[in-house]
This record gives sequence, structure tokens and C-alpha cells, in this order.
Amino acid sequence: MKKSIKLTVVASIVALSATMFSATSAKAADCGDYSQFGKLSGQTVKIFAGIRDPEATVMTKIFAHFTACTGIKIAYEGTDQFETLLPVRVKGGNAPDIAIIPQPGLVATMVATGKAVPVSAKVLANINKYYNPAWKSFTTVDGKVYGAPFGASSKSLVWYSPAQFKKLGVTIPTTWAQMDAIAAKFKAAGVTPWCAGIESGAATGWPSTDWIEEMALRELGPDKYNMWWQGKLKFSSPEMQGVMAKVQAWVGTQAQVGNLQSVATRKFQDAGVPGLKDGTCGMLQQASFYSSMFPAGTTFGADKDANAFYLPPTNTKFGNPIEGAGEFPVAFNSNVATQRVTDYLSSPVYATERAKAGGWTSANSGVPLSAYTDPVLKVVAQSLQAKKGAIVFDASDLMPTAVNGAFWKEMTKFYAEGKSMKDVAAAIDANW
Amino acid sequence: MVTWSGLLSNAAPKLFQIFAVLAIFFGIYAAAFAYGARIKGKSQSKIALVIFLVPALILAMTGLGIPAIQTIMESFKNADSSKWVGFKNYAVAFQDPEIVRTFINTFAWVIISPVIVTALGLTLATMLNKMKREALAKTLIFMPMAISFVGGSLIWKFVYGYNDPGTPQTGLVGQILTWLHIDPPHLLLWSPWNNGLLMIVYIWGFTGFAMVILSAAIKGIPAEIEEAAQLDGATGIKMFRTITVPMVRNTIIVVLTTAMVGTLKLFDVIHTMTGGNFKTDVLSNRMFDENFVYLNYGRGASLAVLIFLGVIPITYYNIRSLRAERKR
Repeated sequence: MKKSIKLTVVASIVALSATMFSATSAKAADCGDYSQFGKLSGQTVKIFAGIRDPEATVMTKIFAHFTACTGIKIAYEGTDQFETLLPVRVKGGNAPDIAIIPQPGLVATMVATGKAVPVSAKVLANINKYYNPAWKSFTTVDGKVYGAPFGASSKSLVWYSPAQFKKLGVTIPTTWAQMDAIAAKFKAAGVTPWCAGIESGAATGWPSTDWIEEMALRELGPDKYNMWWQGKLKFSSPEMQGVMAKVQAWVGTQAQVGNLQSVATRKFQDAGVPGLKDGTCGMLQQASFYSSMFPAGTTFGADKDANAFYLPPTNTKFGNPIEGAGEFPVAFNSNVATQRVTDYLSSPVYATERAKAGGWTSANSGVPLSAYTDPVLKVVAQSLQAKKGAIVFDASDLMPTAVNGAFWKEMTKFYAEGKSMKDVAAAIDANW
Repeated sequence: MVTWSGLLSNAAPKLFQIFAVLAIFFGIYAAAFAYGARIKGKSQSKIALVIFLVPALILAMTGLGIPAIQTIMESFKNADSSKWVGFKNYAVAFQDPEIVRTFINTFAWVIISPVIVTALGLTLATMLNKMKREALAKTLIFMPMAISFVGGSLIWKFVYGYNDPGTPQTGLVGQILTWLHIDPPHLLLWSPWNNGLLMIVYIWGFTGFAMVILSAAIKGIPAEIEEAAQLDGATGIKMFRTITVPMVRNTIIVVLTTAMVGTLKLFDVIHTMTGGNFKTDVLSNRMFDENFVYLNYGRGASLAVLIFLGVIPITYYNIRSLRAERKR
């Protein structure tokens, strides 16, 4: 008897403090756009993702707005071990309501477990209305769509210092040949033309896989690019060997990037900082998120501290293709509350508010470009919003995990151990 | 952002479940003991045996036995455990040059680092024994043991860190070499010696432990024996060789085998410092990669089984020599 009394006391204290804390977090808010998501009280939707602070704080603040207007609580959990933990949790029957998955390959793996559910009709309508059709294809498994893109970014960018460009008397290149000419000018001025660093802990090597992907997309076009990550075009094929040779000439020689072994041990975060500003290296090919690696107070724009331009095509055959990346909220049940949250996440309502908070881009064309205050992000968002034109996903993230892992590791060997591109290709192919 | 309300509303039902399960568990046990206490006569000891052993066996089965059997079964299945593939995972493990490299590295780790750790620990324990301010010296040497290997590895990563010659050096070694007008090398890429550099991290972290255990054993040597040896003229090295080492032989074996098992499953140093790149991969890191990075559960399980098989002879040697000692 005594035990049960104690338990009730503990439980009531817990319940009491819970209400106290939630009472303080609610606030009056403008709910105009939120009426479409209805009202539902007493429901909590668990979201699990790899997004961490400071980004996570910005995101949860916006979620609080949603909660204040709809009554649906969102419990967010972020971890840097997301890719490891999600399969373990789903396998163990402890799936979150929604997981925000950054790799289409992992989406497919989750669909294969039978636990993921396709998107609601409303989300599908949002995808068709607001996004380039390419995005839908990334989460389509057996004809069913499993997620709308959440955040999106472009990897096809080159970062540079406007001051250094001015010193050389050059402007933003629009063709590969122009870019090569700038690199030659840097070299003549005693500056390493390309900044490079591929160290990234357990994922060391991934930035170099992006270089191969960018070149494959430009040289072979989106169709062959897709055949490549599907395993229909081998790394050892003459086409891919040609691509890899071009990458080697671009960012795989001492003259272009400096000591190759240093590339293998330099953190990718440190690749362009402070090198670009100090003028020790000229240009850095890296995705749009690299803006957050610059020190606080850095200004972005054509006449500011740092800027980025679109990595130009090597030929005119395929237009200006983009290598994009994105995260996809995938639901693990079709509860009403879960569906309303996925509706919300796929709508321009969330994306616009998130874009205004800065440091984030969406491929959602319902977001007005004026929501982006950062000039670099505006450039990125504009290219991502285009409903036409080739957008491909990070190929290595689409490959089976074993091949992706081998791709990183073997590219690291190219830099660290001087392994030839031919041997690198053969070793990766062995993992299919 | 985790809010308190979210945390509590999530945790409250789980806490309640835990309390409920514990209450049921203790309830059943109180009943079993009450029943056991009433029984008299011959069957008493047998029932007592059952009451005490069964929960331990159940816990051992669910915590160790079943997962071990599952792992062994998974090691004969394909990447997502959907098909039986026989010994294919093991065949791959012994043929893939990458994995063969991990065997060689693991073997080097298991042989070299425990021997150094034990030798160093024994030397330090002997030298510091009865020295002035012994406690202070020991505390300093033991200190790294209080740092997790991940933290320690991050520290050592800075020590070995590379910057191009002529630029400001962040690595300690690089800076010292720069002062000596030597161009800093890429220490972590310096195969195969980089394996040794990683071992230093482990030795740095584990020597304190070996020293403390061995020091306790040395202090346990009866004073009469030492005095008798001194009267017979034994000093210094001879004393160490003929008295100290034989008297603490048991402890040396325990320290050595503990360190061997520890290095066999060593993962954090490699994972943090090189991620298994630059020809430094070891079995346990590869097992993690196969399981959680490449999602190849079959191959990961087969490596886990191989590690398990590797532990057996070491443990066997440990138990056998301890038994032999007890018989004497």
C-alpha cells in the first residue's frame, strides 16, 4: 500500500512540473497561415534527426509557433549519430513519428523495413506544386513517394575572396576554361589555386567524392550520372576513368592543391578558412553550408569578405546542372498529428519562416526570394527553386552504404597514400 | 532544444514502467524467499540453489547468451541478415586486403602494447616504491587513466597535428621539429609507424593502471624475504630479477592479459584519431564500420566472432596460469 502512495506522489509531482513548464512556453502568436493545419490538443509528435545546435534551436523556435497555433507539440531530438541510431531504433520497434533523413539511400533502407509510410495526399500536392520534379524522384520507392524535401542545399558552388579576385583583376567565371585561367593566374602569383581538405573523422574523404560527382555530372550528363550511382556504370569504365583523370588534373596535383597528403589530413572545415582570406589558396569547391565555417562577422556578397559562384559547366551539352542535397522528413505512422506535421514541414509556411531566420535554403518555390537575406543563399535558393533543369543528388549518398564507404576511404588513399585513380576505381567497384 | 516539459512527459511513463517492473521483480522474489524459508529438511539446499541461481542465469542468458548466439547466427547471413551465406563472410574477412591489414595491425597491437604497458608499469612501480613523494608521482602517472580514450585521443591528435612547413604549427611535435629546423612530417600518415604512434596513446593512458596494480603487489612482498635477499647480497637488478618479478608473477599475468583483451577490443583511439584510414585500422573499428557505417551486419558479426575467438586463448592462458599458481 505504502509503495503505491509513493508512486502516486512521484507521478503527480512529475505531472505538475510538466504542466508548469509547458504553460510558460506557450505564447500568443500570429496564426494566420497556420489555420490550414487545424487544431488538435494533447498530441506530441516525435521528430528525430541529425540536425543539431545552433540550427536545432532555430528550428525548434519555429516549431513552437506551430505548437502555439495548432496545439500539436513537437518533441525534437537531434544527434550526431543519427545514421547509426535510426536503423537501430526502427529495427528495435522504437521508431520516431518522423525522421528527417538526409540520404535517399537511407530512406530506401527504411522503406525496406516496412515501417515507413508514404506521404499523405496533401504533402504530395505540395511536392507537385512547389518543387522541381527531380526532388520527388529522390524518395520514390516502387512508385510511392515517402518524403518531401525539407532543407535543400547546392553543392555546385565555388567559394572565393572578392578581394583576392580584385587583386588578380578577374571576375566570376561562367565557363570551366575561364575558371582554369583564373587558377593559372593564382599560380603565377605564387598562390595555390585550389583550397582543399577532406578530413572529416569517420567520414574522411567525402569532400573528394563531391569533386568526382561534379565532374561526372558535367562531363557525362544527368542520365549517365544516374546510371553511375545505380551501379550500371562502373568506376573502372572508360567514361568514369576519364572523369577521374579530369578531377586529378583539377584538384589532384601538387600544383593545383599543394601537398596531397596535407589535403588528406586537413579538416574540411579548415580548407578555406583562413586560406581564402589570407590569400594562401585561391578557390574552394564546397557546398552552400560552408558559409557557416567562416568566422563570425564575415560578410557575404560580391564586394564583401567572401562570396561564392556556381561551379561552371565544362561543356555546353548539359546546360547548367546542379548537384543538390536535401533532407527528407519520413513518417513512420499515419496518425493525424504526424500527418499534420508533415503537411506543415512540406508547406511554404515552415520554409518561409525558416528561411527568414537565416543560414538555410529550401527548394520550395513557394518561398519568396526576399525571405533570404544572405546574398549567397539567395543565389543558391534561386537555382534550387528552378522547376526545370537537371538537379541530381549527391551520388555517393545514393550508392549502397558499403560502396559509399569504400568511395570515401579509397579517395582518401588517393591523397594519403598516392594510390592511382585506376586502383581506387577497382577497389570501389569490388564493393558492388 | 529539449524542454523540461517534453523531457518529463516523455520520461514519466517510462520511469513508471521501470518502477513497476522492479516492484513486480522484488515481489516475486520476496514470495520465493518466504516460501524457501519455510522448507526444512533434505530438499532445502537444492531449492536454495535454484532460487539463487535462476535469476543470475536468466540475466546472463538475456544479457550475454542470447546476443552471442544471435551474433554467431548473423555472421553466417548476408548484409541485412535475410539470407544464409555459409562461411562467405569469413572467407571475405581472410581475403579482403583491407581486412587482412586489420588482422596484422590488431596482432601488432595485442603483442606490442601490453608488453610495453606491463614492462613500463613494472619499472615505474619498482622505481617509485618507497621513493620520496611516491603518491605525487603515482598520481601524475595515473592521471591519464581518468581521461576517456576519446578525450585522450583528441589531445594526442593535436600533439601529432600537421601543418605545412613555414606556417604556424598547431601540433606539438611539429613545433618542436620546426624549432630544430626540421620540416614536420605527416605523423599520422607515416605508415607503418603511425600504428606505433597510436599505441603511444594507449600506453600513455593505461600504464598508470598497470603501475598501480603492480605497485600494490610489490608492496605485498613480505619484508623478511627482501631482507633475507639483501643479507645474501642481492641488490638492484638482481633483487628485481630474483625476488620482485617472481613474487608478483601472478599480478604481471593479470595485468598483461587485461591489457591484451583491452587492446583486442580497442576502438576509441583508432576511431577518433584516424578513423581506420592510413593503414591503421584494427578489428574492432572495422567491426563498427561494417555494422554501423556500411550496414553490413553479416560481415560485422563475423568480425565480432573473430574477436571473441581471439579473446579465448588469452583468457585461457590467464585462468590456467592462475590455477597453476594456486596449486603450488
